Amino acid sequence: MDLIRRLFTAALVAGVLSGTAASVVQQATTVPLILEAEKYEVVTPPPAASAAPAGAPAPSHQHGPVREVGEGVPTSLDEAMQRIGLTIVANLLTGVAYALLLGAAILLAGRPVDARRGLVWGMGGFVAVSLAPAFGLAPELPGMAGAELELRQLWWLSAAAGAGVGLTALAFARNRLVIAVAVLAAALPHLIGAPHPESAEGAVPPELAARFVTASLGGAALFWAILGATCGWLMSGLVRETESRPALRVQPGAR
Amino acid sequence: MSSMTTRSMNTAAGSATRSAAQTAVAAFAAILLGSFLLYGVGFAQPQQIHDAAHDARHSFAFPCH
Repeated sequence: MDLIRRLFTAALVAGVLSGTAASVVQQATTVPLILEAEKYEVVTPPPAASAAPAGAPAPSHQHGPVREVGEGVPTSLDEAMQRIGLTIVANLLTGVAYALLLGAAILLAGRPVDARRGLVWGMGGFVAVSLAPAFGLAPELPGMAGAELELRQLWWLSAAAGAGVGLTALAFARNRLVIAVAVLAAALPHLIGAPHPESAEGAVPPELAARFVTASLGGAALFWAILGATCGWLMSGLVRETESRPALRVQPGAR
Repeated sequence: MSSMTTRSMNTAAGSATRSAAQTAVAAFAAILLGSFLLYGVGFAQPQQIHDAAHDARHSFAFPCH
């Protein structure tokens, strides 16, 4: 179907552009902080092991403590390149996934879009899936203390979905009851509260964590700006065609 | 003239109905694929997927560990 093909093409292009931009920004901002934080994500070595090599000091680039399994920091160039490559792939997939969801929302709203209106849509996406979840669960570095993963994922999803519903209703709904229910859905996860650990005893220095939060949110804002503007630009003809106002449509040959 | 108008309105209404169905199908397909991809990139927990998407998950502030 032509509509699906064009929608998916728009999402693919928007996702690749925004994912590429995010990859560049991340390598300069969030990824160095992640690598730095992983130095603190350590298992304390048994006392006997640290006492033994007292006579021969270890080289300064070798860490005494043992890393946790599954969180190895790249040691060779190949591993580092592979890690960067996989991150880029994940970013591109994230871009395409969000672009598909945003494109579907634009299509269902049925309002004309262009690059500028797309930018507004993109900012809505940023508020829904970046800002609203971050209001309860700050972007996390490795090694930070957190509540149970499933609980945090569930809360994250409900905060993002609630904010998305709330924003959509505020933008398009006419019925006040609908708007009130949607705003309540946006507020509810925050009223319940995000799951946090009983004691905040992460190993990561708070300065690193604070820098990571701003870097993550800033990068996400840029990502969403590019994603939304590109979606709007590439879908500009698409929504006009499917707009269900045939009476207002210019007849062929009328110009 | 009047019959032409009626016919063109019918055609327009027909295409509007079709395009509403097309819109629904296209949007549903996009939501389905988008959700699937998002689950894989941001939420799935098998070790290999987690490790591959690790830095992207942290950067996009998905709960990761």
